[in-house]
Amino acid sequence: MELKSLFLKVNNELENTENRRVSRKITCKKCGKQVSVSKIRKNFFICPECGHYFPVRARRRILMLTDKRSFVEMDRDLESKNILSFPEYEEKILAAKEKSRENEGVICGTATIGGSKVCIFAMDGNFMMGSMGAVVGEKITRLFEYATKESLPVIGVTVSGGARMQEGMVSLMQMSKVSAAVKRHDSKGNLYIVLLTNPTTGGVDASFAMLGDITLAEPGARVGFAGPRVIEKTLNQKLPEGFQKAERVLECGFIDEIVKRPEQKDYIDRLLKLHGM
Amino acid sequence: MNDYEIVKNARSEKRLTSVDYIKLLVKDFAEFHGDRLFGDDRAIVAGIGKIGDIPVTVIGIEKGKDTNDRILHNFGSAMPEGYRKALRLMKQAEKFDRPVVCFVDTAGAYPGIDAEERGQGRAIADCLFEMSNLKTPVLSLVIGEGGSGGALALCHGDEIWMEEDAYFSVVSPESCANILWKNVEKADVAAKALCLTAPKLYELGLIDRIFSADKKKLKNEIVNCLQNLMELSKEELVDRRYEKFRKVGY
Repeated sequence: MELKSLFLKVNNELENTENRRVSRKITCKKCGKQVSVSKIRKNFFICPECGHYFPVRARRRILMLTDKRSFVEMDRDLESKNILSFPEYEEKILAAKEKSRENEGVICGTATIGGSKVCIFAMDGNFMMGSMGAVVGEKITRLFEYATKESLPVIGVTVSGGARMQEGMVSLMQMSKVSAAVKRHDSKGNLYIVLLTNPTTGGVDASFAMLGDITLAEPGARVGFAGPRVIEKTLNQKLPEGFQKAERVLECGFIDEIVKRPEQKDYIDRLLKLHGM
Repeated sequence: MNDYEIVKNARSEKRLTSVDYIKLLVKDFAEFHGDRLFGDDRAIVAGIGKIGDIPVTVIGIEKGKDTNDRILHNFGSAMPEGYRKALRLMKQAEKFDRPVVCFVDTAGAYPGIDAEERGQGRAIADCLFEMSNLKTPVLSLVIGEGGSGGALALCHGDEIWMEEDAYFSVVSPESCANILWKNVEKADVAAKALCLTAPKLYELGLIDRIFSADKKKLKNEIVNCLQNLMELSKEELVDRRYEKFRKVGY
């Protein structure tokens, strides 16, 4: 592991703490108001003015959902290779590492939630938009295999633009690989709870994001297979209000419940307890 | 042909479609319709018949022939009910110990409001999920276009074969060029970089065989393959399939 990564903070407006002494403000994309960063951070990364959900990096996501100091990471060192010698891919990986301060687009491990032991993965939108390449697929597969062996539930937090183009068919077939591992976990009677966050689309939507026993989503999260621009172009018409938003996807029958960020940990804890954990 | 020409050729209206392959290879074909949940998606042509002496379930993504036929088959872009029909018939095949042969030829699953709202993502995911544990042999043949998740949904087989001039890709070269370089003109660069041709995918170990549309030879190859797979116990078959996908990328 790079020593550096222990000290450096993630490189985005909300996570960068280098200027902490100065009270910083950022403009909320939704309401346009100036909001203090510390207030947002204390408010589960939700805008205190308008309720807009800011993206949350994977590591913080796990902190939000699990018991303090319970998370033990697995397979942190797996790093992507440019299997197809795809142009400009190495540069993109480097930039993604710099931006996310992570080695890849998903973090996996074990933790406890309300004292119950779980396997957990959280995808990171700062790493090439949470796209799924061989390493993301491998890490999630290994997690499901471990959970199957140990009879543990899996909690998954998804955020992804889909399969990673730069790895071609290798990335597409991660959908098959992970789905097969989820099936084995499922066949042994284990619980898989998935929390869909904004956005969960493409190949991730068409595989493990849609395979939970219980499917939760954050308010307003975009959930869907095809990109909205592709659909607009195909149909040559504007998309209806709320299309592919979690609330609409729930109405269509594909989400069990929409759970607000401050309530997610307790909600998942309750579900675990109801499964005797 | 360069790689982009292969993609364009795979889209050509002159190529054999799934229905042609069914006519060439399958005796006594009986087509079955509907997913029993919503409707019948004509983009998927499915039923039972015999290849050689083996009763099989056949599932093909069909693009159609002339304009009217193409509209009827939605240009080979399946809706969720198409994937659910496919899965229903695969489960039926498992019940009656029939192998499944899939013919794959699609630019992709249909990107529409209705398709999304009826759960396109879930329908594809369910195919992958259930096929991974289907206790009967599955052979998938990419005969033309292997367009992303919509094609992959029917490729969770014991073996994946590709016609020599077919392609299989995570994304169309045009979309790839547009997303990465904001320039559709660079689709040829994208096509090359994506490693989407049959020889390249064979070299990468992602497909098992390259075939030519020679009727007699192909029929023999399919019969041999199915016979070998039918000799495996159900457990061996499913374990072997798991390992096949397990090693992708690692």
